[in-house]
Amino acid sequence: MTILIIYILIFFVAMIIYSQIKRFTTSTKDFTSLKTVTFGDESAVTANRTASIISVLSIFFLWGAFTGSSLTPIHAPGPYVGDTSFTYTAENADKQTDTATVHIRVHKLNDTVEKPEIPASGNDGFAKDDVMKVAAWRTSNPTKVQNNDDGGKVDGYRVTMIDGQAISPNGFVDVSDGQVRMTRKGSLVFEPGKGWQMEPIWLPAPEDVWGRLIEIADVGYQNVTLSENLGWSLYRVILGFILGSLVGIPLGYAMGLSSWFRGWFDPIVEFMRPVPPLALIPLVIIWFGIWETGKISLLFLAALWIMTIAARAGVSGVNISKVHAAYSLGASKTQLLTKIIVPNSLPEIFTGARVAMGVCWGTVVAAELVAAEKGAGKMIIAASKFQNTDIVIMGIILIGVIGYSIDILMRMAENWLVPWKGKS
Amino acid sequence: MSGLEIDNISMRFELPGGDAVQALENVSLQLKQGELMSVLGPSGCGKTTLLNILAGFLAPTDGVVRLNGHNVTGPHPERGMVFQKGALFEWMNVRSNVAFGPAMKGMPKKETDEIVDHLLNTVGLGDFKEKAVYELSGGMQQRVALARCLANEPDVILMDEPLGALDALTREKMQGLVLKLWKETGKTIVLITHSVEEALLLGERLVVMAPRPGRIHKEYNLPFAKEGVDADLREVKKHPEFNDRREEILTMIWDMEEEIMGHQEESK
Repeated sequence: MTILIIYILIFFVAMIIYSQIKRFTTSTKDFTSLKTVTFGDESAVTANRTASIISVLSIFFLWGAFTGSSLTPIHAPGPYVGDTSFTYTAENADKQTDTATVHIRVHKLNDTVEKPEIPASGNDGFAKDDVMKVAAWRTSNPTKVQNNDDGGKVDGYRVTMIDGQAISPNGFVDVSDGQVRMTRKGSLVFEPGKGWQMEPIWLPAPEDVWGRLIEIADVGYQNVTLSENLGWSLYRVILGFILGSLVGIPLGYAMGLSSWFRGWFDPIVEFMRPVPPLALIPLVIIWFGIWETGKISLLFLAALWIMTIAARAGVSGVNISKVHAAYSLGASKTQLLTKIIVPNSLPEIFTGARVAMGVCWGTVVAAELVAAEKGAGKMIIAASKFQNTDIVIMGIILIGVIGYSIDILMRMAENWLVPWKGKS
Repeated sequence: MSGLEIDNISMRFELPGGDAVQALENVSLQLKQGELMSVLGPSGCGKTTLLNILAGFLAPTDGVVRLNGHNVTGPHPERGMVFQKGALFEWMNVRSNVAFGPAMKGMPKKETDEIVDHLLNTVGLGDFKEKAVYELSGGMQQRVALARCLANEPDVILMDEPLGALDALTREKMQGLVLKLWKETGKTIVLITHSVEEALLLGERLVVMAPRPGRIHKEYNLPFAKEGVDADLREVKKHPEFNDRREEILTMIWDMEEEIMGHQEESK
């Protein structure tokens, strides 16, 4: 919640600062700058790249600030680490009271430390000092502080106050560096202050994720290298997509050119189209098993309907004037198909291919989460079982980057191969 | 017999609701080789249907169309088409578009190139041969369409509102080009248009069609096309006879439109 509020604040503050700076710098006098009506004019709205950069930076900043990263100059308050203490007041069976101190050493996660020493001065009354150690973000073991006190095991001996504030079983008292709770049976538990930072198991720092990336790219995870994992995922996507296109595009053409084909396959295609490929995973596993055949079949099915519908739309979308013109210029049916129908459908097919690649990429990761030996999805599900959150986050980022790259590559191919798209 | 002969054609088809439409009724026309005929009429008079029958895209229910003595049964390169828009192939450059017809016939490349170069120079696109068609303006695209049609050496050119999508200035320029091409090639041309002025300018013969059922209402033989071949079209338009004809035909078409409106009121 706090993070969200900070994020929204950064958004508005950056926007205000940017507009103030913009006001004092002389801007270029392009056409858009001369428009007086911009609110509601779609053409006047372009992505402000400054905003994009600040947006990405602020995500990394928040990530770093709330994970104690060394990359960010300021941090959210972290968990308490160091030596601290609180006092307890005990009442013995004779209704006498005495105060002693509990010395606590709060250490970093994964560090090994000794419990602190008890100072010699702390043992003048019947209540004796105690020591505890606890890791940051954790709670100490329940400790019966009266166990070492004189008469502490006698009935009627009890701890009544912590740092001068009354406490009873199941109650708690806030102390300077954390909280002290009393269990139902009268033991004390110390929980050091957690601060605002995230524990690495929830969210590791950016440099930890980066370090993992380097490490896994080099030595791999569970004996599988990173490139092998990603390579298998990509291989499955590309193979499934090619197979789906090889069947789907001719099928779509047939549906666009023949009423019988259209009627025959329409119910099948229209029924299968809204079924998400993920819903087919159980059936595909039953039919084809969990190995490569199963995953390739799943991706084949994911790409098939999209490519069929794209090819069908490409054929149906041909302007009748073009067909008439081609026939009048002496084209045969075969020539019409190869010279008019196929090139005319290419823009639609490319749109379909982009959608299909996106769906296939999402499906392959999900399928690998369910069952796989190698693959991007397999890597993150295995890492999550060992609570290697850094690998999970690294995997998610890589999956996003690769998905985005696929789309960019497809768009570049589209611009190169069908430059006439949208220009008829 | 040489020329285009439309022999008493009728066309009637049923609508999904069971009603029948009489799109054309007993239309007869003879065009000699090299004649330029424009067809005019209010919307729904069947002029596009007539053109599609001439092209061979539709079959009439009665009557036949003959070209040079043989019956028309389907599309054929002997009858070239020029459409209003959207008929160029965007995936081909200007040269390939114009060369499409010869390529379908399997004409050798050298011969094709000569024809294409000549035609593109004729229509004034000599510098645009390697351009993509979507980079051209609307008027230039129609020049490509004209050249593409001529490259196939058709006997008859059928034009379906070829200048309908152009702005007024481009349109005037293109009207001059159509006349020029007509003179240079001596092709038989049937041109459908919505514009009375264009029909008068580009019609050696002008046929006004009437709707419900689609039929020939009146036919004119006009001097303006022949005058326009060598003269400034704006001068031709200043001719008093041109104005008289325009008013006469406009009145005729307005009367038909009013009649249609009347029918619609009645049927409500």
